[in-house]
Amino acid sequence: MKDTLNPQPPVIEAQGLQLVFQTADGPVQALKDVNLVINRGDFVSFIGPSGCGKTTFLRAIAALEHPTGGTLTVNGMTPDEARRKRAYGYVFQAAGLYPWRTISGNIRLPLEIMGFSKAEQDSRVARVLDLVELSGFGKKFPWQLSGGMQQRASIARALAFDADILLMDEPFGALDEIVRDRLNEEVLKLWARTGKTIGFVTHSIPEAVYLSTKIVVMSPRPGRITDVIDSPLPKERPLDIRDSREFIEIAHRVREGLRAGHLDD
Amino acid sequence: MNRALPVLTVLAGIIVLWYAAAVWMNATWVYDQAERAGTTVTLAEVIPQTMVQDRPLLPPPHQVGAEVWKGLFGQAVTSKRSLVYHAYITFKGTMMGFGLGIVFGVALAMAIVRFRVVDMSVMPWAVISQTIPIVALAPMIIVVSSQMGLTGRDLPKAIIAAYLSFFPVLVSMVKGLRSPDQMQLDLLKTYGAGEWATFLKLRLPASMPYFFASLKVAVAASLVGTIVGELPTGAIEGLGARMLIGSQFGEPLIMWAALFASAILAGLLIVAVGLVERFARARMGVPA
Ligand SMILES: Nc1ncnc2c1ncn2[C@@H]1O[C@H](COP(=O)(O)OP(=O)(O)O)[C@@H](O)[C@H]1O
Ligand SMILES: [Mg+2]
Repeated sequence: MKDTLNPQPPVIEAQGLQLVFQTADGPVQALKDVNLVINRGDFVSFIGPSGCGKTTFLRAIAALEHPTGGTLTVNGMTPDEARRKRAYGYVFQAAGLYPWRTISGNIRLPLEIMGFSKAEQDSRVARVLDLVELSGFGKKFPWQLSGGMQQRASIARALAFDADILLMDEPFGALDEIVRDRLNEEVLKLWARTGKTIGFVTHSIPEAVYLSTKIVVMSPRPGRITDVIDSPLPKERPLDIRDSREFIEIAHRVREGLRAGHLDD
Repeated sequence: MNRALPVLTVLAGIIVLWYAAAVWMNATWVYDQAERAGTTVTLAEVIPQTMVQDRPLLPPPHQVGAEVWKGLFGQAVTSKRSLVYHAYITFKGTMMGFGLGIVFGVALAMAIVRFRVVDMSVMPWAVISQTIPIVALAPMIIVVSSQMGLTGRDLPKAIIAAYLSFFPVLVSMVKGLRSPDQMQLDLLKTYGAGEWATFLKLRLPASMPYFFASLKVAVAASLVGTIVGELPTGAIEGLGARMLIGSQFGEPLIMWAALFASAILAGLLIVAVGLVERFARARMGVPA
């Protein structure tokens, strides 16, 4: 195959990335000298205390913030160009479904804006609803669904236009532990089925270790990367993998990385 | 029933007070008459006489009721004496002003939300416009529009009504169009949505609850504006003109009947707007 002949360029590549916000209280260095390579099909988690720049980094990839220094490419393009090529779908912490649209209508939103034909919209909506196991809920309004189901619908919305990168900023942060476990399993399944590259921000060490092929540990003031851990866990991950020795060892290393970040303060 | 009881209690209280006030205010006339005739009257004789005068200071409820009934059903609705006829004139003016006010209010809100310059330059004037008493402004609008060769009172009336009704629409729509939060705006940005798509898909639908909430206030304001527009001399049609005629020619019953007719009209308009709002909310998926 083509992949094996000439190795693919990284999906996301940051070199010496800086991002400074100008605020009323003076400049805030949200990202300092961030270097990171994310390859096709990676599942990358960003973990660190609040204020360490996780959201800012994800937003920079999505061209919602603009770096003040260094380089950042997405599929070899600038983030702005990549967005125009529909390179990524973004999932926020709040599902942010429009209350005046049905679940189908919400998933249809990006498709309408991007000008897909009506028939194409219908088939895509049906497909992604199936993908997040919400078939049969298309005609419901958001308030008729639980928080977890709403968040699944918002993932479906991000998947609808076939972006090959999925960026998720604490997508399950507002959900309870049990729902979260289930959704984590589903995200893994989704990842396996679609082969997408996923960037996933989280506060939870088990969540990061369970999901990722690559864990990026960050620390605040200024926001920077303190460790990048490539997970040796297999792609197939039942929930009880979390009791395995490997899992516990990686979790330990993440914890160490987080602690080291704090000692620097 | 549970909701009707408090309302009916208050209504009963008002009617009792009203009768008491009618006796008290109309009694003066009875005593004057008796004095002139050189007789004396007891209170028991006075009370019935305060209930049936032709030109009472304060007509009691049953007299007003009878006059309203007569005005509504006593003649063909096309008659100049019919309250239905005058109410229709006022209704027409109210609707024109309401429509004009909505169009103007929404358009201005769109401009204010879109252009910072408009926000900073026009919004203060919109607020100031509402501090000018409409009774002072109404005659001027009528004079100016007739100077400009506009015959008839329909347009000046509609302008006066719109002058009052655009404001609640404007304020609500500005708030509604700005109601989407940053996350929702960012989400659309990730789809590469332009300004127009953002307006159509997000800002406009998000503003609808605010819009409908403002309509009740706006329709009431439009009715008040129309009635004020019918007051200045020269008007012969509409509930406002009836009120003025009643008070100028010392026919309190006509005035009170017109007053009640306009209250009934206001009630009907608010109920109608409420129904439209309910329908729209159901369409937009709001839980019942
Ligand atoms: N729009 C902004 N303007 C100013 N400062 C910001 C802005 N967004 C984020 N910051 C600051 O940048 C730093 C990193 O924020 P963020 O990326 O949200 O952290 P995290 O998601 O890891 O909690 C914080 O100190 C935050 O206050
Ligand atoms: Mg964050």
